Amino acid sequence: MAEFRTCPDTGFQIDLAADKLIKWNAVTAVVFLLIGGVFGLAVALTRWPAVHLLAADNFYLALTAHGFDVLLVWMIFFEMALLYFTSSVLLKTRLALPKLAWVQYILMIVGALMTNVAVLRGDSSVMFTSYVPMTAAPDFYIGIILFAVGALLGCVVFFATLYIAKRDKTYEGSIPLVTFGAMTAAIIAVFTVLSGAVILIPTLFYSMGYVGSIDALMYRVVWWGMGHASQQVNVAAQIACWYAIAAILFNASPLSEKVSRTAFLFYILFLQLASAHHLLVDPGLSSEWKIFNTSYALYLAVLGSMIHGLTVPGAVEAALRKKGYTKGLFEWLRKAPWGNPVFSGFALSLVLFGFLGGITGVMMGTEQLNIISHNTMYVPGHFHGTVVVGSTLAFMALSYWLVPTLWQKELMFPRLAKWQPYLFGLGMGLASVFMMGAGTLGVPRRHWDMSFADAAMVHEFPAAAFMMMSLAGMAGMIGGLGGLIYILNMVGTVFFGKAKQPAKPVPETPNIGGAATTYGNAGTMAVPGTFVLALVFLTAFVLYYFVNWKYLSSVWGLS
Amino acid sequence: MSIFPPKERIWWNEPIEKSEVLWITLGLVWALVMFFMMPYWHMTGKQNLSNEAYKIRPEVFAERTQAFAEKYTVREEGDTGIPVVHPPVGSDIYMMGSTWEWWPVLELEKDQSYRLHLSSADLQHGFSLLPENINLQVLPGYDMVLTITPTSSGEFSVVCNEFCGIGHHTMVGKIHVVEK
Repeated sequence: MAEFRTCPDTGFQIDLAADKLIKWNAVTAVVFLLIGGVFGLAVALTRWPAVHLLAADNFYLALTAHGFDVLLVWMIFFEMALLYFTSSVLLKTRLALPKLAWVQYILMIVGALMTNVAVLRGDSSVMFTSYVPMTAAPDFYIGIILFAVGALLGCVVFFATLYIAKRDKTYEGSIPLVTFGAMTAAIIAVFTVLSGAVILIPTLFYSMGYVGSIDALMYRVVWWGMGHASQQVNVAAQIACWYAIAAILFNASPLSEKVSRTAFLFYILFLQLASAHHLLVDPGLSSEWKIFNTSYALYLAVLGSMIHGLTVPGAVEAALRKKGYTKGLFEWLRKAPWGNPVFSGFALSLVLFGFLGGITGVMMGTEQLNIISHNTMYVPGHFHGTVVVGSTLAFMALSYWLVPTLWQKELMFPRLAKWQPYLFGLGMGLASVFMMGAGTLGVPRRHWDMSFADAAMVHEFPAAAFMMMSLAGMAGMIGGLGGLIYILNMVGTVFFGKAKQPAKPVPETPNIGGAATTYGNAGTMAVPGTFVLALVFLTAFVLYYFVNWKYLSSVWGLS
Repeated sequence: MSIFPPKERIWWNEPIEKSEVLWITLGLVWALVMFFMMPYWHMTGKQNLSNEAYKIRPEVFAERTQAFAEKYTVREEGDTGIPVVHPPVGSDIYMMGSTWEWWPVLELEKDQSYRLHLSSADLQHGFSLLPENINLQVLPGYDMVLTITPTSSGEFSVVCNEFCGIGHHTMVGKIHVVEK
């Protein structure tokens, strides 16, 4: 029989098994953020031309480890914690199949360690993408496969928990929007893991010599079915975090359940072969295929993100206007709690994800525009705008609430926490911008030496390209410092934090309860401030998009 | 509130707020504009990939590249030992990536078109023509064909931008474009 404790802050009934699993997954996530982050710092210091820290072999090793540990291990461990939280805790039910959930944890950690060992040994520096015919040692793939199977089991536990909550009627009506978002992530995760299985199992046999050859293009199509879809998982999870934070801080309800849920559904329905984004300049695929898939069928998944981009801040604006911050367009924004890392992390994540990650992703995901950005530094610039200042920062922001609440401890360094989202968000945001700048000048990604000191023939990059890479390195250091402060704070809080003073007596309804808005034209507050901000975003988007067409039109003719 | 079930059980009948409807409309229009830009550029733009590609065994591609180079070599590139090939205008020209070089060096004429064949002898490579910043994926087993028209003259580099092993960062080739 499952045992529960009552959270003194929120009144939630928390299943002890779920409690433990959420904590273990979250702490493990943070540990891998540290490992991957340190590799990231080494990579940044090597690509900073004046520093050029690592030797070539160690650089490619560190880059492989960096990609795997942060893009996959940190993100997915944290998402496992989110899945258990949004199902068991938010639906006030026990976690289904806790033993299976432990299998999830063990498989994922064994897999993560195995792949790390393979990479650190030095014979598997194949980058996160491990494009055939290049091969890594077999345990590199076995580790990833175990990790993925673990993640799949986590999704099974999540769906089973939704099922028993429904069966036991632990909630009325529909599941909360945040849980709905997490469900979107879990559904896409299943697709992701299956794609991964289809390609990585044959590749494992290929690396062991049991399979003669694997077609390079087929590998790329299927591998990116995993690689890109997993980013869609991150986006869905990150947006679920945004809605959760808006609710936790401001009692915000979505402006419209219907709109927000439909926008989540767009991610599932139009995921298509998102792998097309990575294959736009590949031989052997037709333009029709590329255009349809890269646009996720007429950009409807992009539309989904644009909708969230309005409805998330809109929900915050509506809630704050309800509280009386009604002056002008932006009083609600000026009076928002900018010193609270939960809020500042959330706000920066929202803005930076849209401007840095979103716009640039659509630009280089355009069939022809990909010609001027494919495999340049523009690509890491883009995804540091999505997965770092978007998803990672959103997860950090939520954990400033989640960790003290779950562990019932005070934050170890509240003053540092106040600054951390700015340090991390702006540092990484700038690093992302400078990387994109370097990419626009043609600097290649995954490249040890842009001065070509050992090469028979040399390309001379303009001084601006070297400057961009130096600035990216410096900004990366600032962001990295922000990341380290976050980890320090989380680890410190969990292990050495002061116990929280018993909060005010548990209220009848959770004290974060009570909707601030009702739906429909009559009840919903208008959100003019958010709308103006959204128009600013759209204007930037349109201008930037066409600037790049102009740039494309200036290069050599290709037909 | 987003972390609790919707207050109204029948939430899907609720009317949508005006600013949301307006934003969704704007977003949809923009999505369609972006979508149709791609086919539009195929019709009017001068930078499109050809869709022409063939499966080919790497050794066959290597032979063809070799034969092409033997036929039209005009000199050597510095002291690198790599031939500089000046093919006839409009002809089929070849460039092959292998660890870790682009072979051969091409010499083309400005404002003339050529059918460029790209492939790899071994691993995946990235053809990055600088400073133009034209980037193409090069796969072993696939002969990618596209018509290129250099619109500027001078010395251009082909930098590999797909990781291909420990010598990846030394993989640089050249294309010279001369005024006729």
